[in-house]
Amino acid sequence: MKKTIHVSNQGASLDTSRRNFLKLGGIGLAMAGLTLVGCDDNDDFQIINDGNIFDLGTGDVGILNYAYALEQLEADFYTKVVNNFYTGISSTEKEIFTDLYHHEVIHRDFFKAAISSATQNVLPKLEFQYPNVNFNNRSSVLATAKALEDTGVAAYNGAGKYITNAAYLVIAGKIVSVEARHASAIRNLINPGSADFSGDDVVDSNGLDLAKEPKDIVMAAGGFIKTPFTWKERGIN
Amino acid sequence: MNILKLLDKLSHDKFFTAEASRLETLTNMSLFGKKAATAAIPFGLGAMMVTPVKAETATKEFRGTALKSTLTDALQLALVLEYLENEYYALGLSAAGLIPNSDRPVFMQISKHESAHVSFLKSTLTSLGTTPGAKPTFDFTANGSFSPFTDYNQFLILAQAFEDTGVRAYKGQAGNVMSNKVVLQAALQIHSVEARHASQVRRMRANKGWIELANGGNMPSATDPVYAGEDNVNQSGYNTGTLFGAAAGSAAYDEVMSGSDAQTIASLFIV
Repeated sequence: MKKTIHVSNQGASLDTSRRNFLKLGGIGLAMAGLTLVGCDDNDDFQIINDGNIFDLGTGDVGILNYAYALEQLEADFYTKVVNNFYTGISSTEKEIFTDLYHHEVIHRDFFKAAISSATQNVLPKLEFQYPNVNFNNRSSVLATAKALEDTGVAAYNGAGKYITNAAYLVIAGKIVSVEARHASAIRNLINPGSADFSGDDVVDSNGLDLAKEPKDIVMAAGGFIKTPFTWKERGIN
Repeated sequence: MNILKLLDKLSHDKFFTAEASRLETLTNMSLFGKKAATAAIPFGLGAMMVTPVKAETATKEFRGTALKSTLTDALQLALVLEYLENEYYALGLSAAGLIPNSDRPVFMQISKHESAHVSFLKSTLTSLGTTPGAKPTFDFTANGSFSPFTDYNQFLILAQAFEDTGVRAYKGQAGNVMSNKVVLQAALQIHSVEARHASQVRRMRANKGWIELANGGNMPSATDPVYAGEDNVNQSGYNTGTLFGAAAGSAAYDEVMSGSDAQTIASLFIV
């Protein structure tokens, strides 16, 4: 039997997003918490968080956990969107949000697999909250999607220089351009026919997209993230 | 610099892929000694992680002309692609009656960015002590195969092809610029702008903003090389098609393009 470790001090079990997710697709998310292999049956031990807040780690592991955290957030958000499409959503918008949901869940599960395959220092499943998002409202959902996608782009752009393994850098590159494609599409839905798809608010006079440091990203996304974590190497305490 | 010579060099120096850089990193082989044929070798997730990362070590060992030219050659390739895009949009915007007024804000924005990229890359190369390559002479009809400045549909088709190529080509150079963190970050920042452009142009053609399978989306077969390999669903041993199918799995990741493949595409439009 597998042991589940609940990491957050909120006693994370099945939260709404997970139920919705299973309802929607029945996909093999059979592992909400961390599963440990090789422990005795029957002792369903719950550890952490007795004051131990998860640290993303150092070096490339830290970067991968960081990316995993952001992908968890995006996947969680779109899971909620597709389980409760806002009123009056067009078929095009439905298709876009469904694709984004697919892509982000794939990214999330990829990182989980990639990190788990080599280290035990895998970020647990985080819990999220959306206190200022009205999932029934088109503008609210689009504005949040735009913020998340732009943040994802800026996060990967800013983290690339900390990656030491070229293979990881390529993986990050393969993902960040898809995030940018998402950002462009969402921005175009908000303001069609305009320059906003790569607007002057995100692209500077050198034609460079935003790049942000992890600390700034975590601060910006912090309002969504309920489960605390640290990344001491990058000054996130 | 002679652009054809550069492109020829890129086609032979197969180290112009990040995978090759990784190989050098892992084995400490000569930068020029091995080919990127290894790019085809799948590597497991475990191998990705357990292999100690030694990029810095390799960097030190090969610091000098070889490394510098790896970096600046990558930038020269990028400059060629930016020259191409910049001239393409400038010509398109100045072609009377080509771009409908409703679409002009989009192409003016893209054009502004490509122009900035040319300037930025030139000044970056100069700051690295390398003379930026001169702008090639372009023929956007590709010897009469296309008429992008009189046929708006064709203008959109080539715009999509150039943007999707740009995304892949920058990504393909990531490993070659990672020795310089400032350049790497700037390259990433350009890369994502190209992706924003690509998504927009694709959507103007009633395509999705992302590439599913190796299908460019209602594109002529001449552009097949732009999309070759985009149907990949194996990311470091993880099957991205398992959860939602191959279309979504492949679209969730954009693939790299080698310098030599970018050459083949760009060369079609260089006199």
